[in-house]
Amino acid sequence: MKRHQNLLLLLAVAALLALPLRMVKKAPVTPQGTQTALFAGSDDQARDVIKSIAPSYKPWAEPLMQPASNEVETLLFALQAAVGSGFIGYYLGVATTRARMGRAAATETKC
Amino acid sequence: MHIMEGFLPVSHAIGWSIASAPFVAVGLRSINKKIAEHPEQRMLLGVAAAFTFVLSALKMPSVTGSSSHPTGTGLGAILFGPTALAPIGGVVLLFQALLLAHGGITTLGANIFSMAIVGPFAAVAVFRGATALRLPFGPSVFLAASLADVMTYLTTAAQLALAFPDPAGGFLASLAKFAGVFAITQIPLAICEGFLTVVVMNALIRFNARELREMNVTPREVIRA
Repeated sequence: MKRHQNLLLLLAVAALLALPLRMVKKAPVTPQGTQTALFAGSDDQARDVIKSIAPSYKPWAEPLMQPASNEVETLLFALQAAVGSGFIGYYLGVATTRARMGRAAATETKC
Repeated sequence: MHIMEGFLPVSHAIGWSIASAPFVAVGLRSINKKIAEHPEQRMLLGVAAAFTFVLSALKMPSVTGSSSHPTGTGLGAILFGPTALAPIGGVVLLFQALLLAHGGITTLGANIFSMAIVGPFAAVAVFRGATALRLPFGPSVFLAASLADVMTYLTTAAQLALAFPDPAGGFLASLAKFAGVFAITQIPLAICEGFLTVVVMNALIRFNARELREMNVTPREVIRA
């Protein structure tokens, strides 16, 4: 049942993320009345709202380092996700094996 | 929820940094204490950090036609308490600010406050509330993680509204605008985050039942359910 539940939950996540891609055809409109790119980041839209509320505001600091291109940015995000999921996968592997060996040891001592 | 580098006035940037610093310090102490008392929990702490690392890297499309990312702080907050997430979230945000130009050093304090303080505290409050109402374990975890996600983004909206009140309508009109950008986009993503947190929690319960019981995360009866 538990394994079933996890599979259903993962399918639900996939559906929740895939549906907008099919359903949504129009990007949201910025406060200035222009269309943003479809599925652009909400952080960028927040910046546009700031510009519409306070047009004279000048950001007083710049990022120290910009990723050299979109590809490099994608690489770093992928790296971040890969390192994290790699660790989780490793831990679950260790935990599964430990649980199985624990059970095996318990049955051996009974015999 | 990443407020971009330089996009908070100096006084706000300093104010949020001062507000976040004690939580990070208390969080570091609580982590050190936990690991000293229970060295076996170190790996689990790594899992909580890794979960935040993964989820905050995943930008997902939403029904509004824009994309945003979950935060992944609910899991760690339920496992290790709300303050433990402040330094962990801080590291994630620092990584993104330095290497990805996502968020920034000047806005780090504000971003830590929304993602690594308000989110985790909301998660723990909702989780305790749901448990007190005798909701089953899974739905409690789901509610805690997804509401933490939404609260993080509402906090960002409030921070921006405080810094940039609407010339006509003031703070509230501005809050409505920023919440309009973040809130609806975030709802399906928060549901996804809730589901994913339950999936990982299920796996942990299955293979680490004893540890979770010792950490008082799960009551006794759910373990064999």
